Amino acid sequence: MILNTLMKSEFLDRGGKVLLLVLLVMLITVPAANLLIPADSFFHVSTYTVTLLGKYLCYALLAISLDLVWGYCGILSLGHGAFFALGGYAMGMYLMRQIGTRGVYGHPELPDFMVFLNWEELPWYWYGFDQFWLAMLMVMLVPGVLAFLFGWLAFRSRVSGVYLSIMTQALTYALMLAFFRNEMGFGGNNGLTDFKEILGASLQSDVTRVMLFVCSVAALALGYLVCRFIVTSKLGQVVTAVRDAESRTRFIGYRVERYQVWVFTVSAVIAGIAGALYVPQVGIINPSEFQPLNSIELVVWVALGGRATLYGAALGAGVVNYFKTVLTGALPEVWLFVLGALFVLVTTTLPKGLVGIRDQLRRSHA
Amino acid sequence: MREPLINRDRVFEFLIEPPTREELVNTAGGVILYLEDITVSFDGFRALNGLTLYINTGELRCIIGPNGAGKTTLMDVITGKTRPDSGTAFFGQRVDLLRMSEPQIASVGIGRKFQKPTVFEQHTIHTNLELAMEADKRVWPTLFHKLTGAQRDRIDEVLDLIGLKDLARERAGALSHGQKQWLEIGILLMQNPLLLLVDEPVAGMTQQETEATAALLNRLAGDHSVVVVEHDMEFVRSIARQVTVLHEGAVLAEGAFDDIQNNDRVREVYLGS
Repeated sequence: MILNTLMKSEFLDRGGKVLLLVLLVMLITVPAANLLIPADSFFHVSTYTVTLLGKYLCYALLAISLDLVWGYCGILSLGHGAFFALGGYAMGMYLMRQIGTRGVYGHPELPDFMVFLNWEELPWYWYGFDQFWLAMLMVMLVPGVLAFLFGWLAFRSRVSGVYLSIMTQALTYALMLAFFRNEMGFGGNNGLTDFKEILGASLQSDVTRVMLFVCSVAALALGYLVCRFIVTSKLGQVVTAVRDAESRTRFIGYRVERYQVWVFTVSAVIAGIAGALYVPQVGIINPSEFQPLNSIELVVWVALGGRATLYGAALGAGVVNYFKTVLTGALPEVWLFVLGALFVLVTTTLPKGLVGIRDQLRRSHA
Repeated sequence: MREPLINRDRVFEFLIEPPTREELVNTAGGVILYLEDITVSFDGFRALNGLTLYINTGELRCIIGPNGAGKTTLMDVITGKTRPDSGTAFFGQRVDLLRMSEPQIASVGIGRKFQKPTVFEQHTIHTNLELAMEADKRVWPTLFHKLTGAQRDRIDEVLDLIGLKDLARERAGALSHGQKQWLEIGILLMQNPLLLLVDEPVAGMTQQETEATAALLNRLAGDHSVVVVEHDMEFVRSIARQVTVLHEGAVLAEGAFDDIQNNDRVREVYLGS
């Protein structure tokens, strides 16, 4: 029923409706095809594929979060991967604590890498991460607080444009270097891995994998709806006004920096949630997730899909990552060239991305 | 803290209504803007040099002057974009503009129209006005904001005034230059400003548009105090009752248009004969 009203309302645009329909279809068919259809059938979807799709969904959610700040607010963050990774680490810490005595060293409390480093006790910031609720809170709180502080400092001093992009890039790079250090207590360059179970369910079982997939679908749908609500609200109109004519917005009485910080923080929280769903599905989180390159690739997804549409970002994330999976499997050395070529092609010929193709065709005919 | 910790007069302060904008600004003296002895220098160049200017409530004042006379800097000082090196700027009798930020100045009732029309091109004309509307402009209330009937009426009223009612659902980017200027004036009106600053409203307008603009500005005066900075002498003649001539950052002459036109010093520096 909710779906019916959603589909009929003017709240969603066409692309948004299509996105939600696709997600609904995936939500029903993929788990069924994995769990109910026997493995030798043509229609069976392997657990590997389920997890792969789940991974794409997390990327799509991350892309939507970037589109919120870049497409609507005009803030090009080149460090959004950092928030994704922080969310991922918070989830990883919970999963580490769930290993218990099943680790290589069998220590009831300390993760393996701490035993290996001859640490005597858990660092204070690992306390409470055996509690799922606290870990989930941290998934949102840590990226959110960091984005708030960073945004507050940056936007209050009216840093914008390319300078802001460089600063966000520096932020994620600094975090990468920090997380590489063993003393930080996050497993150094190996990161966190060897997870066993989540909420008492084995991460190796098909049912858990399907549940994680279902959660990813739900998170993407919900994340989309939240972002859509934001961009269609008056606040959304204000932030696009800031993007187009910042000083005019200031003159009509809006405290522009507060809006920017708010949107930046919300976006970081969504990115953190995406990261938290990503980690149990891929089974590892390490400092390479903080690589500036990841954040730049993320920008390419959004640009390729189409900025300031939300669903375009999700589409771009899906398309690029599908090609990435196929190509890195078949011709690994070609992938980066293809990515570069795609980006050049889209920015020069499709300024509105893949979702803008229809409009462009219509205009050229008219 | 100069105030004693226990102030017996203010025990029930929470019961007292906060002052309205009009009370706060207090124009009882009949003057809405007091600028006194304002000096602004950029790298040694004095853009404003001991400028003193008073604007009366409800008047329509034109400010003219050759390029570099300090007209735009004057606007910048009033709206908080530029801080003067010395001098005082009061809005009404109580509001010290030099202590306020740009958004604060906007919310206390000073609206500025830029030289180049800046409207929100990606938004519809209706949304442009909606954004400018007087409302709670903090983040969370804005997120959950819904237009009330009274607010719709107010938007329609302004759309009527600026003559863009039929185009309300069009994107502002599609408007002609003149229409954008009117929309921008509409944006200012939505905030119910006490004082309107208008920077070269008719630059680049057709004759017809210029006349319509003159009529519009004349309608606004009275309800609002309006300050117009303009080059076009014909236009100034058609709207102005009071004219102030700026020269090298200070007031050269002030008075009715005809007096100004016959003033020898003004002729020398500005009218060029």
